Amino acid sequence: MVEVGLSHYLTVGAIIFAIGIFGIFLNRKNVIIILMSIELILLAVNINLVAFSMELNDLVGQVFAMFVLTVAAAEAAIGLAILVVYFRNRGTIAVEDINLMKG
Amino acid sequence: MIVQGLAFYLFAFIAVAAAVMVISARNPVHSVLFLILTFFNAAALFVLMGAEFLAMILIVVYVGAVAVMFLFVVMMLDINFAELRQGFLQYLPIGGLVGLVLLAELLIILGGWTFAPEAAMGGSAPAPAPETVSNTDALGQLIYTHYFYLFQASGLVLLIAMIGAIVLTHRRRPGVRRQNIGDQLRRHPDESVEVRKVETGRGI
Repeated sequence: MVEVGLSHYLTVGAIIFAIGIFGIFLNRKNVIIILMSIELILLAVNINLVAFSMELNDLVGQVFAMFVLTVAAAEAAIGLAILVVYFRNRGTIAVEDINLMKG
Repeated sequence: MIVQGLAFYLFAFIAVAAAVMVISARNPVHSVLFLILTFFNAAALFVLMGAEFLAMILIVVYVGAVAVMFLFVVMMLDINFAELRQGFLQYLPIGGLVGLVLLAELLIILGGWTFAPEAAMGGSAPAPAPETVSNTDALGQLIYTHYFYLFQASGLVLLIAMIGAIVLTHRRRPGVRRQNIGDQLRRHPDESVEVRKVETGRGI
């Protein structure tokens, strides 16, 4: 119980991943919370990568986690920029109203 | 060992509880603050795992940049968040079902897998002992040699994200006076200076 190993960290990662998915379902209308849920999912992925890096004594996992972090930051920047532009044009950020391109 | 176990359970519990609060808080500003708490505790878990550099990068990038950006956007947009929360309970059963099924699947996988024999032989970049080479040092020696092109590519990703964000949010407002260097250079003394005869005591 006290001995903390790989499976403990993987469990934490799995729980945070599931919470992220749950958050996307729960806040179907609020894009900002959906973006935060995506950040949670990417954090869970990073926890998994670093846990395996520790267990296998291999640094590549940490290098890859750093690239995931980079992509997460870029994604957040672009997502929030799109959100701001959308709010300027339509005055709302509700997901249901984003249907202009439905054809 | 006991201290490590206690620290792990403390950080893991706070991280999970804060993650639950992120998706269930009424006020999005509180959501962002709980997101920051989650990131801090995840960084503490990274330190426990021996990835000090990534832990500090997580705090700098996520707390310092991403979370503050979220906070900016939440506070800048004038949104009726109570309206956006309608249907929260309606999606609760299906969302809970999907989340629980996913969690159960992940935990079943966790309980039933073993390492492949090749994996235990050591990866392509074995981590040096932390007593001799620090984590930051070892990562740097790897990133700037074997993964240099990937490192450059991630820099390009950030550059393109920055350009994209600027292009998306930039707008030209009418009626703003800007410096036009061409106009300034095209001016000639003949048309910009005028000599007038002014009668004494009368002004123009």
